[in-house]
Amino acid sequence: MKVRVLVRLKPGILDVQGAAVQRALAGLGFGDVRGMRVGKLVEVDVDATDGAQARARVEEMCRRLLTNTILEDYTIEVEPTERLAPPGAVR
Amino acid sequence: MRFGVVVFPGTWSDCDFHYVISEVIRQPVKYVWHRDRNLADLDCVVLPGGFSYGDYLRAGAVAGRSPVVEALPEFLARGGLVLGSCNGFQILCEAGLLPGALMRNECLQYRCQSTNLLVENTETPFTRALRPGQVLTMPISHGEGKYHADPEALRTLRQRNQVVFRYATLEGKVTRAANPNGSVDNIAGIVNAEGTVLGLMPHPERAAESAMGGTDGLQIFHSLLGSLVEDGTFLKR
Repeated sequence: MKVRVLVRLKPGILDVQGAAVQRALAGLGFGDVRGMRVGKLVEVDVDATDGAQARARVEEMCRRLLTNTILEDYTIEVEPTERLAPPGAVR
Repeated sequence: MRFGVVVFPGTWSDCDFHYVISEVIRQPVKYVWHRDRNLADLDCVVLPGGFSYGDYLRAGAVAGRSPVVEALPEFLARGGLVLGSCNGFQILCEAGLLPGALMRNECLQYRCQSTNLLVENTETPFTRALRPGQVLTMPISHGEGKYHADPEALRTLRQRNQVVFRYATLEGKVTRAANPNGSVDNIAGIVNAEGTVLGLMPHPERAAESAMGGTDGLQIFHSLLGSLVEDGTFLKR
């Protein structure tokens, strides 16, 4: 089962990487960027019977390794299984 | 004092620590592979600098869950001491053996330079030979050394006198300009509440002979040796 974890720095923690990218964008003429935070995407393919089980396993992975909760927040998205059907498959 | 220098894939300061311990302070030392859980014959475990596991995910994240690090709480419980420098400090924070976390330098640059460290706490086995207010000069070499702790954790650190080293001027003034990486409160090194685990971003092993340009790092090793008492236990705080 495919699960996506979005990891981002907690609000209030200065994101120096985001600030540098924002400055670079301003140099390219994107002075209209009001804010920028750079995060991380972790895609996990996990053996699970349903979405709830997959979410619970990945939640535990986040707590134990994937994220540092002192610095980071995360959100977990379980991909709906029907989206895994091959393109053009009859639903 | 029997030292063990831990080697992870990607560690780079292991040979430097081994050299200083065996050739400069002349103590028994061996390498400990990261899969090894047996620390029974050691008094002090060193986690050296480098890029363990390529810094994948976060600096120190994977190493912080390795077998040797999982064996550290038991090692500490039976009276051992742990010293983590640079990547070793990151690993100790990731493993939860020290509070807080280390993140990307505020300047976004990798900083390899000399720093001056104000000694704040001399009541640890690692700093016993020093005076409060003394300034040590040691190099740093890191891209992710900005120490972060939330306000509550910082309060606790201060209350328990757990901040050991702060980046300062040569005269011992804690200034923003003396802070190479944006660490909160200019923090360069801390101990755990018991004073038995020291984590610091600077490299004491790279300031241990006059040929290296300085010997201030040796004072941490001398403090450790001075903390060994006759019955084989250590003078704690």
